[in-house]
Amino acid sequence: MNRRPRYGIHLALIVVCLGMACPALYALQVSTLTLEEAFTIPPKLFPPSTDFVSNVRTLFDGQHFGRLIANTLTVALVVVVGKTAFAMLAGLAFVYFQFPGKWMLFFFVLLTLLMPTELLLVPLSNLIADLQWASDDPQLALTMPFLASALGVFLFRQHFRNIPRELLEAAQIDGAGPLRYLLWVLLPMSWNVIGAHAVIQFISMWHQYAWPIFLQLSPEDQLIQVGVRNSVISGTQTDFGLLMAAGVVASIPPLVFFVLLQKQFMSGFALMRDK
Amino acid sequence: MDDDSRLPISPQAAQRVLLGAALGFLLVFFVPRLDGLAALWDLLRDAIAGLPGFVVDVIDYYRAAPGEQVAYSALVGAIFGAVTTALVAGVFDPARFAQGRTWLAVLAGAGAGALGAQILMYPAQHCTYAPDIDGAQFRVGLVVTALGALALLVPVWTLLRGRPGARVQHVAGHFKRSPLPYVFLVPTVIILAVFLYYPAAQIMLVSLRRKIFPLPQERFACMQNYVDLASDAVYRNSFASTLYITLFVVLFSLAIALAIAVLASQKVKWAGVYRTLLVWPYAISPVVTGVIFLSMFREGGAGLLNWALGSTLGITPGWLTDKDLAPWVIVAASVWNLLGFNVLFYIAGLQNIPTDLLEAASLDGAGRVRRFWRITFPLLSPFTFFLLVTNVTYSFYGIYGVVDTLTPQGGPRFGPGGESGATNVLIFKLYKDAFDTGAPAGLGAAQAVVLFVMVATFTVLQFRFLERRVTYEG
Repeated sequence: MNRRPRYGIHLALIVVCLGMACPALYALQVSTLTLEEAFTIPPKLFPPSTDFVSNVRTLFDGQHFGRLIANTLTVALVVVVGKTAFAMLAGLAFVYFQFPGKWMLFFFVLLTLLMPTELLLVPLSNLIADLQWASDDPQLALTMPFLASALGVFLFRQHFRNIPRELLEAAQIDGAGPLRYLLWVLLPMSWNVIGAHAVIQFISMWHQYAWPIFLQLSPEDQLIQVGVRNSVISGTQTDFGLLMAAGVVASIPPLVFFVLLQKQFMSGFALMRDK
Repeated sequence: MDDDSRLPISPQAAQRVLLGAALGFLLVFFVPRLDGLAALWDLLRDAIAGLPGFVVDVIDYYRAAPGEQVAYSALVGAIFGAVTTALVAGVFDPARFAQGRTWLAVLAGAGAGALGAQILMYPAQHCTYAPDIDGAQFRVGLVVTALGALALLVPVWTLLRGRPGARVQHVAGHFKRSPLPYVFLVPTVIILAVFLYYPAAQIMLVSLRRKIFPLPQERFACMQNYVDLASDAVYRNSFASTLYITLFVVLFSLAIALAIAVLASQKVKWAGVYRTLLVWPYAISPVVTGVIFLSMFREGGAGLLNWALGSTLGITPGWLTDKDLAPWVIVAASVWNLLGFNVLFYIAGLQNIPTDLLEAASLDGAGRVRRFWRITFPLLSPFTFFLLVTNVTYSFYGIYGVVDTLTPQGGPRFGPGGESGATNVLIFKLYKDAFDTGAPAGLGAAQAVVLFVMVATFTVLQFRFLERRVTYEG
């Protein structure tokens, strides 16, 4: 209908985008400042100073940020891959099989929607202590409790239900068993849902903060959010330059992951809406 | 999938590579950790070996239990079950509910209620129905009985409502019967049972225990922890500030996100670029949000906000030291943190709205504002509800990272004796009490259970709503 360029809307959108980016742009600027510069009056808002590299180097050399990022990346990827696999298997069982107790098992999964891990950290850390995972193998303690969830099972169950049943009949005529059907028929049709699920899981694992604190791990076994929080604890005056640099470094991986998979994320949920 | 044609290798090959990499990655991670997994296996084996003993315990308990107390709990559960079932049968299509035989449904509800009440009353040893119990604990006991009854009533209602056609529809298109589905469900069921059900049961049991002087260990104390919580001034302040902060976080984050999403859904050039620039804060963690806002809101001339306010208006409020302002800093940080996620879903929702409906309304002379409130907003309601639940959940749990970085002591003190913190929200208090080794474990567990019931109620209500929407759409 409307062919002429709509400058007003462009202007409004640019203002909103900038407004939303404001805290992050400020953080970027502060991350380039030295300890003294961060406390000057008026605040140094432009131009960027020179200390970004040295701030980041302090984090990687003195506070093992490299280890922390590697830990978090491993934990997040294990959860993304493992949870996707388990959720797809559960979805396959719930949608393509009839078996005694199906309804009860589904209710068993459904009920866990009401059991947020966040409230169970005390008994969960006792359990982990019994298993001796926190001391022997922190990565198991950080991943295992998150390898299954009602959300993932629902997402794939819903998606599989919307896939035409004729495909199954065709596959059965070709003699495909359940696993081959999952891998060669369902999987290629599920990438958008997998992408959406992966984004949610990756970001929620990257943001894990209270659970690794409860595990009382040694500093180099920690996850990145705890590292950000602790990056300035040593010292009398908060080094805001260092703190913002920590924030910036800790935000790059999830931002990259999110922006890369953003399209899948949107269309994955669009598929869910269909029915 | 339309992108696949642009890949240098065939989609099938790409898929195989990805699949192989994923499985290889899992193997590389888990194979060196088989010892740790063996510990889990031992735990499971012990748990299964302990099951018969548990059943014997339950039978022994009911044999020896005071009959009156058990009868009271069953009676309360049955009455609750009968009444709620009658109400539910009235709300849903009465003809379909248990094929119109309401009396049958009410009877089933009473049975389920009486039985369900035992789920929570058995671990509580029916203590709230003891003759010498005080009024406060008895009332808590009534609520607990009702919650236990609900655990059985909800599945019973689902059964009684019956979905005609649901069974017939899906008979075709299944694999033939085999034990395979159980195998597929094993990982999910084990993880949920060990890492969610078991700790949830633990926390409920611990919440019934407390230290009773002079013994050092905690002992069974019925509902005393819950009664104490209700009368604890610090906890009440914490409860109030949680509700206060949650209300404003949800209100602002939803309203602002909707406005932004409407703007971003206009058909303009580079809409995709704008969208990416609007939704990325979703990837920023609560902790990082907290530290950024800490720097922006800090006092002294170097903080961004106080510098701006000071040089224009001449005021420099103590954002994080004033008990009336500190919660607002938390709200501002949380709203910013949530905004990207909310905008993302609202944009998805707005794309979903049929344009022909809006055009028809426009032809009928409905203005922009009217079209928005009469058509767009109601059609967005499933998205609003979904976001409402995720945002409330964020304000209850996710907010911990924000609070802990902005106000590590729980905020400016207030209250008589200054023992309450202005931003000492429930989740923050829960974790702080847990880290504080001297704090009683039972009280902490009771706090967790209360929070748990609050969020569970909210989640169930949302499900009911979504379900009804599906029914209406046919």
